[in-house]
Formats: sequence, structure tokens, C-alpha cells
Amino acid sequence: MKRISFIVLSIFFIQTNFLAQDMPAMKRINGGDFVPLYGSNEARVSVETFLLDIYPVTNEQYLSFLKTNPKWQKSKVISLFADKNYLSKWENDLSPNKEALPNSPITNISWYAAKAYCDCIGKRLPTMDEWEYVAMASETKRNAQRDSLFNQRIIESYETPQTYKKEVGSTYKNYWGIYDMHGLVWEWTSDFNSVLISGESRKDVDTDKSLFCAGGSVNATDLMDYAAFMRYAFRGSIKANYCIQSLGFRCAKSLKK
Amino acid sequence: MTRLNLNTTDIIKGVLSFLFFTALFLSCESNATPENSSQKIDASEIAVQGEMTAELTAPPKVPKPIGSRAATKLIVDMEILEKEEEMTDGVTYVYWTFGGSVPGSFIRTRIGDEVEFTLKNHPDNKLPHNIDLHAVTGPGGGATSSFVAPGHQTTFSFKALNPGLYVYHCATAPVGMHIANGMYGLILVEPAGGLPEVDREYYVMQGDFYTKGENGEQGLQAFDMKKAVDEDADYVVFNGKVGSLTGDNAITAEVGETVRLFVGNGGPNLVSSFHVIGEIFDKVNVEGGDMINKDVQTTLVPAGGSAIVEFKVDVPGTFILVDHSIFRAFNKGALGMLTVSGPENASVYSGKQQEGIYQPEGGTIQEMPDEGLVNKSPTKALTLTEKMKLGKTVYDKTCLACHQPTGRGITAAFPPLAKSDYLNEDVDRAIGVVVNGKSGEITVNGEKYNNIMPKQVLSDREVASVMTYIYNSWENNKTEVSESDVARVRNSH
Repeated sequence: MKRISFIVLSIFFIQTNFLAQDMPAMKRINGGDFVPLYGSNEARVSVETFLLDIYPVTNEQYLSFLKTNPKWQKSKVISLFADKNYLSKWENDLSPNKEALPNSPITNISWYAAKAYCDCIGKRLPTMDEWEYVAMASETKRNAQRDSLFNQRIIESYETPQTYKKEVGSTYKNYWGIYDMHGLVWEWTSDFNSVLISGESRKDVDTDKSLFCAGGSVNATDLMDYAAFMRYAFRGSIKANYCIQSLGFRCAKSLKK
Repeated sequence: MTRLNLNTTDIIKGVLSFLFFTALFLSCESNATPENSSQKIDASEIAVQGEMTAELTAPPKVPKPIGSRAATKLIVDMEILEKEEEMTDGVTYVYWTFGGSVPGSFIRTRIGDEVEFTLKNHPDNKLPHNIDLHAVTGPGGGATSSFVAPGHQTTFSFKALNPGLYVYHCATAPVGMHIANGMYGLILVEPAGGLPEVDREYYVMQGDFYTKGENGEQGLQAFDMKKAVDEDADYVVFNGKVGSLTGDNAITAEVGETVRLFVGNGGPNLVSSFHVIGEIFDKVNVEGGDMINKDVQTTLVPAGGSAIVEFKVDVPGTFILVDHSIFRAFNKGALGMLTVSGPENASVYSGKQQEGIYQPEGGTIQEMPDEGLVNKSPTKALTLTEKMKLGKTVYDKTCLACHQPTGRGITAAFPPLAKSDYLNEDVDRAIGVVVNGKSGEITVNGEKYNNIMPKQVLSDREVASVMTYIYNSWENNKTEVSESDVARVRNSH
């Protein structure tokens, strides 16, 4: 009994330690509504107030997660939950990719792994709408969707190769005090594939085709938002077990009601 | 009797064989159309033999012809690479490529082939891609089946049903951007038995590019979405960059050879007016299909379309490939070279035979002042009416452009001939100006003029007529100039 409680306590201790290290790095995002590129039959989508990590999760942070959650180590991960690219540039279970810095964003992790990481510290992945809502903010504007310069800058950052090697915080700080929403890595969202398989719309059978070719313009709300097209196309190409070099994540948290 | 019988038999035989051959001939006739359509036997029924890996080539090279090989299972393995390369001197661009080149690797297959296509998206790439091959019969031309995330690969198969030269391209949203960044190429589906043999084959594909900086602005240039939407191209090039087919990169041939160009246009926006300066296409497979046009100067290559052009090179020299929407060639890079070596052939092309000065003032050949000319005068003098008639013709052709229809001239540039004091003061001087030319300052009706009047290459009769016409028009002094007046002035010079 004593032994068990010790284990429980120590797990709790480790967890809280891990949590404490991470918790302050969130910002409050005030709720509101906006018009996403896809995914909504009604034009506007509302987002409730929530917390979001200021930075994407780093290699260093993920390493400490692996130390306490060995089942997510490279050699032990269940293949159903992560494809062969999982931590592909790690030399072994606990030596991160040497091409990137400890403070660079973790990449080559699956949706399952990202979800497990967030769960583990009492957080969750942001929804796609939450993520898009925060990502539409420039340095000064809460909604810069119609700012052509902002959009052009995002497109350019998406085209720039190897940005996963940069450190978190190296791009821009947006209206909400959140860094690196664009220009560092793609980020997992909890419902990344909902546009394709939402099951709601009658046009569902056609939705996956609609991201190809000019079909991508069908049902889109803003034909000039190329950056958003690129994000939605990216999300449409991935599956939950995929691990990709340019794909990382950050965590969110709901506010207690 | 026997003989008669024989003859009868012969006649019967003859009639029968006549009928037989007529029937044969008729059946040949009636088969003529089905003969063509026999190639259109349901291509999906063509059986395949064995398998082979497709040879893929970067432009301007093309894989070896299929020749007489049977339909097979053709394995195509293509890797997508996003990479920074030179657009022109000092300017780079992040190209998205099929197989590492723009345009992408050339794929050569034949009707009936079962193509097993594997598309690999390199792990260093940031974006998902796919491929839409216009040679594919199926949803999205393969795009729906080939959508692939970075670090992943996908395989799909299709049967080549229609011969022709087809474009392939990436069709991932935003599709225009993927094409604008170089994601296009050509796939050739040869008919059974292959295309006719030629001496040289090359791969040329046009594309338009939209960069943040203007044409020539140095450094790494990003894709400019607004310019792309406005179809305002900074670069229009063959094979992905300025100079990909010029200088040391020129394509080559020998005199007497037949050249076949597989010409594609990736767009994303602009339609190409493909032309080779100094050559006439003996044969064009219009839009890359079955229809053949002959003796073509310029062929239209649609965005997302192609053409196969063939021509025999008869003389040596450099032949320039252009988009004859010519500012694109001159200012935006749509220019390539075909260098032909071998012996001259003066009966086809002489080279330069003579040169002279040409000044396009008026329709008559003119020479600069102060150059002598021997003139041959006609014999019989003209009447005033005849001079007026010929004079007007000469005036309209030679003088009108500057001196204007009513002889008013143009202030400060070309002096007036109407009611002209300079003209009416001195007839010989006026004739001299026409036959010898005139430069330097003169004053006409109180206005100063300082220009050049070129020497007019006109006969004495023409000069006499035009001078008479001028003197008898527009309130001048009605002098009638004779051919001998003109000859006298000309010779006194």
C-alpha cells in the first residue's frame, strides 16, 4: 500500500513538475467569431475563450515527455499510432535530431503522439477553428484575413524550406501574444481532417475532391486566401499516424466554466 | 469445238476473276475507313506483356522511342522536390518539381501500356502534392489517387487509352500556385508501332512565372500571388529558366536532319504562340493529338496543352525558338536556340547579297543627299494633264507623308509646299532639292526649318510631273516643269 502510494505520488510529482514547467507558457485567447475558408455551412464560426501555448512544443520538451512516457519512444511506439517517419532523425529513443536545436519545434510526430503529449499535461490539441482563429491575427490586428501583405508574407514563409530547424519564438508575435503561428512548422489540430469527413454536409462525398485543382475553389469563402488553401490542402493530405518533418504541434486548454 | 469450249471457260473464268477482284477492290475501298478506326480498337483490351521501368529524362532530352515494343506494364517512379534554383543571372526561385527539373521528367509510354505510377513526396518538402496526368482516363486524371503528404508516397495505375502528347501537372489547391512554381511536364503516349523515326527529338515546355520583384530584380524571389491572379508575368521561359536553351545549352542538329520538338505549355496563365525563327514546321500534330497540319509558321500551344512539331533543317545557322507573343521573347525570357551545323546551301538560303540605306519616308527608295545618280530619261514629253496625273501619283506615294495631302507641311518639321515663297522664288532650286536632297536651315513663309530632305530616286519624268503637280496646286505659281529642266539641274550638280 505504501509502495503503491509512493509510485502514485512520484508519478504525480513528475507530472506536476512537467506541468509546472509548461503551464505559464500559455495565453488567453478571447472568444469571438470568424469566417473560415472551409468547414462551415454557415459563414461564421464562433470560438469560445480558451488558452493556447505561446510556442510550439520543442524537442527538449518532447524529450522530457518521452522520459516519463517510454511507450512513445521511437523503439516502443505502436506502429498503428505512428508511421515509420516517427522521430525519424532521432539517433535513438532519447537523442533528438541533431540537425535541429533543443529549442526547435518537435516534428515527425503523429497526431496520436501529439494528443498523448497534451493529455499527459492536462491540456488538449486546439481545434482547427481555434487554431485558424488565432492564426488569422497579425502583429497588430485580431483579424488580418484581408491584409494582402500579411497573406503574402505567410505564403512566402510556407514556401521557405527547412524552417523546422529554427527555434521557437523566431518568427513573429501576434495580437494575442502567440508566436510562430506561421513560418515555423505546420501544426496538428484535434479535428484536422474534419473538412474532409465531417459527415454533416450533403456534399461530403465530394469534399475530398474539392481540394484538388480548381475544385478547391468550390465552397471556399475567400478565393484569395492562398495561405489558407495551402493549410487546408496540407491537412487534407495527412492521416493521424503520419509523421512529417515540417509538422509539429502546440497545446490548448479550455477554461473552466 | 474443244477450242471453243476452252474459250468459253476462259471467258467465264475471266468474268469470274473480274468480279472477284472487283469485289476485293470494293472491299478494300469499303475497309479504308475502318482501317483507320482499327487503331481505335478498344485500347483497354490491349494485353500487356511483362514489365519494365520507364526511362525518365530531364529537358531538353526525351527517352528513347518505344519503337515496335508490345504494350507492357510500365513502372514510373517520380519524386517531388522543392528546391531553390536559378531563374536568371543573380535571381533564384524556390521551384516545386516533378523529378527535380522544370518541366518535370518526360514520360514516354505507348497505347495499351499499364502504367504503375508511384509519386514520392520528399521529406524535406513542406507541402502536399499530387499529379493530374491529362493522359489518364479517370477522376482527377490521377490527382485524387495520388495526393501525398511530405515524406510519404502513393501508387496508382492507369491504362494509356489515347495516343498523343499530354501535359501532367500538380492539382493541389491552390492549383495555380503549384503550377506557377513549376509543377508540370509532358507524357507521350505513342501509337502502336511508335511515331515515325526522326533524327533528333527534344523536349521544350513553356511556363510563366510571377515573382515578388520585377524581372531581373536580384536575389531569391518569392511567388507573387497578386501578379499571378492578374496574369502579369515577370518571366515567360522555356524549360524553367531564362537561358535554358541558349548558348551552350542550345539544342543541336545537323543539316539535312529532321527535328521533332515535343512542345508543351504548363502555363499557368499564358497561351504560347510557338514559332521557330527561320524554319517552317513541315508537320504539326495540332494540340498534341492526331490531326496533322503541314507547312505551319506558328502553332498555338494552350496552357495545359501541347503540340508536336517536325521540320527538316536545310541550312546551317542558329534558329531561335520563341513565343511569338514577342515581348515575352524579347523581355521575359521566352527564347531558345537550335544550332544547326553543316554545309551551306545557297539554293535554299543565300546569306546577305547586298546592303544599302533604307529610309522609310514615303514608299519610294531614297538615298542620302550628295550621292550621284545616273538617270535615264524617257523620250516623249508629257502633256500638262498627263503630268498632273502622274505627278499626283508620285506625290501621294513619295511626298505626302511629310508634306501632307494639301501641301501644308508640318510646322517646324516639314516646310509647306502650299503657297510657298521658297518654292515659287526659284524653280531650279526646288528641282535641285528633289533630285539632290537638301539639308541645313532654310526659311519658308517666314518660318525656319532645319531638317533633311532625302534625295528622291525618281526619274526625270516623275520629277517633272510631281513638280508640275505641286506648282499647279495649292495657290502656287503654276510653273510647268519639263523633263529637260530636271535633267539640266541634275547634270549641273
